[in-house]
Amino acid sequence: MKNQLQKNYAVVIIGGGPAGLAAALGAREAGAEHVLIIDREVETGGILNQCIHSGFGLHYFKEELTGPEYAERFSQQVLSSKIELLTDSYVLNITPDLKLEVISRNHGYLNLQAKAVVLAMGCRERTRGAIRTPGFRPAGVMTAGLAQKMVNMKGVLPGRRVAILGSGDIGMIMARRLVLEGCQVVGVFELHPYSSGLSRNKVQCLDDFDIPLHLSTTVAFIHGRKRVEHLTIAPVTTQYVPNLNQSWDVKCDTLLFSIGLIPENELSARLRIKMDPSTGGPQVNSTMETSLPGVFACGNVLHVHDIVDFVSEESLRAGRFAAELALGMRRPGDNIALYPGENIASCVPHSLSSDREQIIYLRVKQPVKNATLSIGDRYEKKFKRLIPSEMVKLTLPPKILDHFFGERLRIEVSSGEAE
Amino acid sequence: MYDVIIIGGGIVGCALARELSRYNLRLALLEKEVEVGFGTSKTNSGIIHAGHHSPPDTLKGQFEWSGNQQWADLAQELKFGFKQIGELLIAHKHEDLQYLEDLKKQGDARGVTGLEIWGQKRIRKEEPNLSHTILKALHAPTAAVINPYEACFGLIECARQNGLELFCNHPVLSIKKGKNNFSLETPQKNFTTRIILNAAGLFADCIAAMVEANNFSISPRKGEEYLLDRRLQGIVTHLIFPPPSTTSKGVLIIPTVDGPIMVGPTAEDIDNREDLSTSYSGADKVFAAVLKSCPSISERDTITEFAGLRAVSENNDFIIELSPVINFYNIVGIQSPGLTAAPAIAIYVTEILRDNGLSLVRKQIWKANIDGPPHFAAMSPEEREAAIGEDPAYSRIVCRCELVTEAEVLYAIKHGARTLDGVKFRVRAGMGRCQGGFCTTRIMDLLAQESGVPLTEITKRGSGSEICIPRHDIIPIEDHR
Amino acid sequence: MIKKNLTCISCPMSCQLELTIDNGEILQITGNGCKNGETYARQEFTNPQRVVTTTVACHSGLWPRLPVKTVAAVPKDKVAHVVRALHGVEVEAPVQLGQVIMENVAKTGVAVIATRSLPQTRLNNSCENP
Repeated sequence: MKNQLQKNYAVVIIGGGPAGLAAALGAREAGAEHVLIIDREVETGGILNQCIHSGFGLHYFKEELTGPEYAERFSQQVLSSKIELLTDSYVLNITPDLKLEVISRNHGYLNLQAKAVVLAMGCRERTRGAIRTPGFRPAGVMTAGLAQKMVNMKGVLPGRRVAILGSGDIGMIMARRLVLEGCQVVGVFELHPYSSGLSRNKVQCLDDFDIPLHLSTTVAFIHGRKRVEHLTIAPVTTQYVPNLNQSWDVKCDTLLFSIGLIPENELSARLRIKMDPSTGGPQVNSTMETSLPGVFACGNVLHVHDIVDFVSEESLRAGRFAAELALGMRRPGDNIALYPGENIASCVPHSLSSDREQIIYLRVKQPVKNATLSIGDRYEKKFKRLIPSEMVKLTLPPKILDHFFGERLRIEVSSGEAE
Repeated sequence: MYDVIIIGGGIVGCALARELSRYNLRLALLEKEVEVGFGTSKTNSGIIHAGHHSPPDTLKGQFEWSGNQQWADLAQELKFGFKQIGELLIAHKHEDLQYLEDLKKQGDARGVTGLEIWGQKRIRKEEPNLSHTILKALHAPTAAVINPYEACFGLIECARQNGLELFCNHPVLSIKKGKNNFSLETPQKNFTTRIILNAAGLFADCIAAMVEANNFSISPRKGEEYLLDRRLQGIVTHLIFPPPSTTSKGVLIIPTVDGPIMVGPTAEDIDNREDLSTSYSGADKVFAAVLKSCPSISERDTITEFAGLRAVSENNDFIIELSPVINFYNIVGIQSPGLTAAPAIAIYVTEILRDNGLSLVRKQIWKANIDGPPHFAAMSPEEREAAIGEDPAYSRIVCRCELVTEAEVLYAIKHGARTLDGVKFRVRAGMGRCQGGFCTTRIMDLLAQESGVPLTEITKRGSGSEICIPRHDIIPIEDHR
Repeated sequence: MIKKNLTCISCPMSCQLELTIDNGEILQITGNGCKNGETYARQEFTNPQRVVTTTVACHSGLWPRLPVKTVAAVPKDKVAHVVRALHGVEVEAPVQLGQVIMENVAKTGVAVIATRSLPQTRLNNSCENP
């Protein structure tokens, strides 16, 4: 691969995780000749490589795979599809006319030109600072994802007695993982009155190992000057204010934070792409194109998904649309704005076109039972249960927009009972 | 035997070290932490005060302005960031306006240049995001920002290249006064010296007590600071000061030298000299105060917070003098504007030493400059290409939030970084919005590789703060039901 | 007759199942969104099973740990035995995806396989415990 790198590409994909791999395959499928994936790690697969647990692929491959298996299936397809890879490389900058400034371990300093760019940089974890947990700043405080990398890839442990703040999926999965490695997990503490990860993970990661999940609690103080020594745990009011009068002490040497993920949009911000504050990712139209022509986005950089299968589906489409643009095929522009209404936390994409099938991903704000989801007066669907931690995917046939002459549609969830 | 031993590698100790390294002296500095600058200096706000704040009848007042004038040169010689962004001391209330006038007079009398009182129109023009309820502001263009730990690293590196011997991880356990010398005991080895300069900050009274030179006491005053996301960068361009309280200069808005906004500090007198904890009430105080002067700053933008302890003497002023014990000097109680004053204090101490008979002969060769760390993020595309051409380690990103390359981390390690914090404070790796989530294992790899130790020996800031433990330490899971 | 509630772990839908049980036998299963829910409920009620995922050492590999899994679910009370059986195992790189790492782990009759390929090359900077 050395010295064979060319300078002009139809589609350049930034990030070689599940989103980037699928986008590259989508771009090739749609006929793009020169497709390049740039990744900062030494291998593709992204965060899946450290997610050694199973539960991936049920939608996409119709079988249950571990993270590395899921990644390798895609990586192998990419390798056999004449897609170029630039690993151990980093995109420093993109200009609005799609010139990329890249540094690469094997190729040094590079300037590349793309006809279309797909942003697939994934997301990062929220840290202690984001919730301003009071106390000391000792070693032994880290995000669950960092602990996962240490345990599953570097072969070291974050500590002996571990507490986890936040019941997101990574937090619960790490609870089980650490118990299997011989650590003691003293408890998972969750601010909300409900678990913020998938119920299946509560069952197989916490319940299976008798790890207590304390709902409506938080870490109110971290003690220990050099290394974590103990924590003050406090219940929170319905307004999420810690009640220090009812606090108790938990002895541990490690505190993992699993308090959510944030799309990684450093580059997008530098490109001055229009963002959606509710997702933390770019605004995109129904072809996954951002406000900057020729720049597409998919996967967790666009909005944080719960399951990788949806990432792959979304990214394949983004890759296809990017290739179409690079090949000079222009889809009709969107003609209907989609905006979130009652009990919708966020939805993607942000506009629709009446000429094609639409796939919409959304999240609700509050858990509800027996709810009706509606899109203007064009579409209705009943749901037994909708919760914020489980993203909803809607596939809409183009005909629902037949004879619709408005400019915007509101998507909302109504007539549900609060859970 | 040493001529002079400095106890304490904070900003004062480091400035003393560099100043004294100009002379033909056998010189050492003993620091109890794993690296210099790891105590109070690391958590300092990084402000080079304009020169007009402190009353003229104090040592603070004596050194604030003379110290201020040295920093531009120091930054150039020692290659650390320095931005003279100026400060605005704002007044919301009519009763504060007289304070602005008085302060201006105090500064003018001292010779502080450029002091001006701005009206609402000017404030609006220069700082459109400040509250519209501000009546007037005193502009002091001589105020600047630096990273205090970078200054410590630069000063000590310069001193070392001019002959200073540095002993980190060497806490002084006891001092014995001999006939013409002192002998100092540390866990590793003992030292003898003719002169001791006590610059031990928060612990200066404990050190002085070892030879009964403690005619003063030190108490800690805590300050909490909150660093905000780069999203808010540029929201104000000057340092923003409210009218001061009795204990501090108040809660400030600080456009740090690296760009991000920092808000704080609080000022709380406490008992425990190791209490570096942040609190709910501290955050509430800081943001309540900040929102009054800049309503568009949001608490939600915090990326990290920390606390520092000021070493406060009982008369609230610096103490810089020969102690009751001959050849034992106290340079203590150096709170704000201590950072600003440090280079001036170092020169003043040198004069005292000379007056007391220490023979100070200038070295024939004394190198004022150091090479300084490379800074990839600040390079132009051409410079980046050239740097990578020379050293491929520049082509590998370690910290993506702050755009730090492997070459820079390796440089930091080569120049004394031994810990994650040491790397972080030298080259910013791990300081950005992901707070080390991505780069921690990479930096640990590089530290382990360069020092030839396993990952499990890498610490955050010295022994006892190991980041991870070996796998085989633990017997894997026992049977469960 | 008693009711028992289970959360289906077959897929991320996490359906809430209700089992009607009489005399140790399942009479009815409700709440499942698909057939897998029923299968899961019966299995979980009679003999709960889990797929085990963990890692083994691979000091000659690109990373010092190789992820592995049991090819089939093992009885839940054997999970700890499986993990312990794999604790000291070391394999040599290169490793192929699906390569058998251990047959009949902890006498379960189930094999453990590699869940990724791991090339031999080592990062020059991936130090770890001796």
